[in-house]
Amino acid sequence: MHETDMTKALIVTVQNWWNEQPDHPKISQVHLTVGQFTCVEPASLQFAFEVQTRNTFLEGAELVIREVPLIAFCHRCQREYRPEIGVQYACSVCQSPMEDICSGRELKVDRIEYAAESGRV
Amino acid sequence: MHQIFDAALEINLLHANQEGADHNREHFDRWGITCLNVMSSPGAGKTALLERTLAALRRELKIAVIEGDMTTELDAERLRQYQVPVIAINTGRSCHLDSKMVSGGIHRFAQDYDPAEFDLVLVENVGNLVCPAEFEVGEHAKVALLSVTEGEDKPLKYPVMFQEADCLLITKIDLAPYLEVDFNQIMANVRQMNPHVTIIPVSTKTGEGLEAWFEWVRSQTNKLRLAAPVSTVH
Repeated sequence: MHETDMTKALIVTVQNWWNEQPDHPKISQVHLTVGQFTCVEPASLQFAFEVQTRNTFLEGAELVIREVPLIAFCHRCQREYRPEIGVQYACSVCQSPMEDICSGRELKVDRIEYAAESGRV
Repeated sequence: MHQIFDAALEINLLHANQEGADHNREHFDRWGITCLNVMSSPGAGKTALLERTLAALRRELKIAVIEGDMTTELDAERLRQYQVPVIAINTGRSCHLDSKMVSGGIHRFAQDYDPAEFDLVLVENVGNLVCPAEFEVGEHAKVALLSVTEGEDKPLKYPVMFQEADCLLITKIDLAPYLEVDFNQIMANVRQMNPHVTIIPVSTKTGEGLEAWFEWVRSQTNKLRLAAPVSTVH
């Protein structure tokens, strides 16, 4: 489903970087941050990545996903809290609605590990 | 000898889509068009809502529809009866519209019509509660539909869609007497993650609640008109 499209976006992002590198290095790992308050399921993303990178410049590269929890800020309590996804989003202490999301909406490529001739930095 | 290197990218995966969406919105702004992105699960009543909306508002507002559908033109055909431009986009395998597809639709629209004459573009997204929430298309506001037959828990289970919505229509309320549906619970579930959303219960069958929806649509178009620089107001 939409993990296919997300993977496409991921590959394009990495490819843009790769195209800019003069020696087109062999990429060994792609590090991705996925917030828990997104529509992306890491396991599906792993599967789609493996399938969609076959026979491409990313063949054999490992996708490393770091999941980030949903953290919201309650203004009334002046504190951060972790809403329970699927159950309760309001502040568990004062029941104020979830308004400010501090983390959990991330979907980003953090960094890439690649092999290259030593001496080149 | 090979050595392992590290490159920091820090790039959002949706960056390209977001840029495209911003670009689409610039087009709409230049033309004085308000764009609403209408989203829901399949069968919640998006097309029926658009039919009623076109029938009621097409004489006071100049409206066009961008219709996303995975494989068919059935919905587009239904809407063409109302003599407004309906630009059909077959999304194929993709279960949502993205900004690039909508950009293609906008260009087709601009070839055949003078967009500056229009007030409102309604985008009917693909029926899906998950993906459309992540892919902005250039809209000024998001409209989500939830039919009473889907159950009170859906906002909790598909939170991103309901958290992002500016307006939530609870549809098919004529069926409520036959179901054990708790409106207060639906509203409470939505409001705990989106306290400022406008919630309008409607029935396209009986017409109940539709006037409030039309009024909300009008308020959205006025908002853009009032925000436009004086020189572009005709």
